[in-house]
Amino acid sequence: MKKIKKPVFFIVFLLILGFSYTAIFGVKYQYGDIAKTYIKDVSDIRLGIDIQGGVDVTFTPAGDVDATDEQLDSVKEVMKVRLAALGITDSNVYIDSNNDRVIVRFPWQSSESNFDPEAAVKELGGTAMLTFREGTETTTDEETGETIPAGELVLNGEDIDNAIAIPNQDPDNISGSYVVQLTLKSSGQSKFTAATEKLSAEKGAISIWMDNNLISAPTVNERIDSSTCTISGDFTFESAKALADKINSGALPFSLTTTSFSTISPTLGSGALEAMIIGGLIAFGFIALYMIVLYRLPGFVAVIALTGQVTFTLAAVSGYFRFMNSSTLTIPGIAGIILSIGMGVDANIITGERIKEELRSGKKLNTALESGYKRAFSAIFDGNLTVILIAIILMGAFGVPDSLFSKMLSFLFRWFGTTTEGTIFSFGFTLMVGALLNFVMGVWASRLMLGSLSKFKVFKNRKLYGGIEK
Amino acid sequence: MSKAKNTQSSGSDVKRYNFTGKRKIFYIISAILVALSVIATIKVDIAIEFKGGTMITYSFVGDINVNEAETKVEEITSAKVNIQQGEIFQSDRKKLSVSFVSNEGFTAEKQSELTSALQEIYADNDMQLLDSTDVAASSGRNFFIKCIVAVAFSAVVLILYIALRFKRISGWSSGVCAVVALLHDIIITYGAFVLIGFQINSNFIAVVLTILGCSINNTIVVYDRIRENRKLMPVAKLNDLVNISTTQSMSRSFRTTITTVVTMIIISIVAYIYGVTSILSFSVPIIVGMVIGTYSSLCLAPCLWVSWQSKGKEA
Repeated sequence: MKKIKKPVFFIVFLLILGFSYTAIFGVKYQYGDIAKTYIKDVSDIRLGIDIQGGVDVTFTPAGDVDATDEQLDSVKEVMKVRLAALGITDSNVYIDSNNDRVIVRFPWQSSESNFDPEAAVKELGGTAMLTFREGTETTTDEETGETIPAGELVLNGEDIDNAIAIPNQDPDNISGSYVVQLTLKSSGQSKFTAATEKLSAEKGAISIWMDNNLISAPTVNERIDSSTCTISGDFTFESAKALADKINSGALPFSLTTTSFSTISPTLGSGALEAMIIGGLIAFGFIALYMIVLYRLPGFVAVIALTGQVTFTLAAVSGYFRFMNSSTLTIPGIAGIILSIGMGVDANIITGERIKEELRSGKKLNTALESGYKRAFSAIFDGNLTVILIAIILMGAFGVPDSLFSKMLSFLFRWFGTTTEGTIFSFGFTLMVGALLNFVMGVWASRLMLGSLSKFKVFKNRKLYGGIEK
Repeated sequence: MSKAKNTQSSGSDVKRYNFTGKRKIFYIISAILVALSVIATIKVDIAIEFKGGTMITYSFVGDINVNEAETKVEEITSAKVNIQQGEIFQSDRKKLSVSFVSNEGFTAEKQSELTSALQEIYADNDMQLLDSTDVAASSGRNFFIKCIVAVAFSAVVLILYIALRFKRISGWSSGVCAVVALLHDIIITYGAFVLIGFQINSNFIAVVLTILGCSINNTIVVYDRIRENRKLMPVAKLNDLVNISTTQSMSRSFRTTITTVVTMIIISIVAYIYGVTSILSFSVPIIVGMVIGTYSSLCLAPCLWVSWQSKGKEA
């Protein structure tokens, strides 16, 4: 701690302050009617149905379909994955097997301008059946009059393991477009090889369809024996990702029509959000006072670090960081924040107690601070790391199948079906972010701040650290 | 080794409370609480998203106070309901969605009874029955199986982690004791949740997850002290070692628990004042779980570990 110089406190303090300010109020630019958001603020956080209500949609199978229970169950799973792929991690999907109805509820507020619920509902109800067919012939459906593909089926969504959007690597392509890369299952690979062998002989085309829309129809020049293939077709990153998401979430056994569509008030009742915010602010005020009274200077430093931790966690949820998708904040998500802040307080309390002990055993101020942080660290490290492990397991078990942690843990959880449960994922997410922040804020930042403050003459008094005057 | 540490090496002169001496009492208390929680299951009340049930929707005009309507419907049907309202797209009318859990036997007659009662109460709102659906659980059996697998896997990972990091205090046994204390906390929190009369809903999941995190962290902090003291006092008796370590961790444990408990009390009070009583089923059980978690980290996990270690030999 000897190396930490006086100005360090002000640098860390201003950084935390500046960050907190932008995370809470955002950076927005308003010129006439043009509003541009550079950095999202707390009001951009998407709240769950439990806190702020949402949309309620009832779907029924289109046409004269009598759905089986298995089909309805698969509809439910596909819906949940699709919702998560649309960035909606909080949803309820109810099935009524007597009347063949699917009721979907997801959060939405009428003030949201960047999310169109009607478009989302349309996406949800689409079959999303991916097919590879020989040739490009089509025919007209006698019942509906729609144009439907007629070529012989080569592959469908069942033969595909997963799809991702990647930049187009064709050297002739300089426009920065994207393609969707498919990894085939072994069943798909053999079918694909057989079809390309046949088509290459006659210089035929293979057509790729999403439901009844032709995506692309490349000419087959050679037999392809590979476990991957790409779909190109003038994609931007967004459209390539949307297609990949659709393929990954799988197809519905039939298409669905919307029979009712309405908004719905919060599950927790109106006023839940206001009550949570006010309760949270009062509680934070209490914690701040409590820490300062109990630990004085280390307590004061802890409050600054905790402020940074709270705003950082909120920023991770609001989509402040471009590389992180914003997620939906629900009661379990808030529980994750409360738990991680509780652990942040705990880290500061453990350190504060240790510094007191060291001072009381008669050590010099600098040595006491040094060994206080050092000896507190092993407890903070093990406590937070175990919690991070739990968070990873929860995210793996209940996340979208193609997310990082789900893939990592799929050796275990794939035996138990896909049950994407966004609210639990959101708990795991906020908890993991919070626990990682404990190392940054609770340990590193507060150590820097306290070490720097202790260099000032006014802060040399041992009483300020809970010690007894020598 | 400094001189100070040498005189402490057996820990005979360090302040301590006799936790391990009272361990039989702790075991009895814990056993009773766990048993009560298991018995509480007979009156468990599970929400529609986990059990399925009936959803009835009405359309109406004007304004209805949802919290008030909920109380009225509960009086009429003498069953727990959840009411939400909304606006129907492309229509001026609003929607009232009433959800019941299935096992409360919501027959067609009861349904028409409810409809006419509501039409009477809200005579000015032109209440009309829109739809009635029997829904299956939104998160059903698969979800619960996966929860159990996730918890079991977490337990294995925790035991492995503790076994590796706490080798000095024979990691395997401390890992198992930590997980036992963890399950103890979760079961008792569940019991409290049911006995207070809350419905098992997504708030319950949030509570259990929070207690899981808190409980393991509390236990780890105590273990960390035991691990450190083992190094400082290599010849201390097991009982002394554990009693000294838990005593030294007490002030941190209480102070940390107080912050969370007071936070939850503040949220409960504010929620109550605002009339958002559904938040109470989150904040109140966490208070119980936190208190239990602190108790088990100081009294149960370390004592179990001592019992395990001294099995067959004099402690």
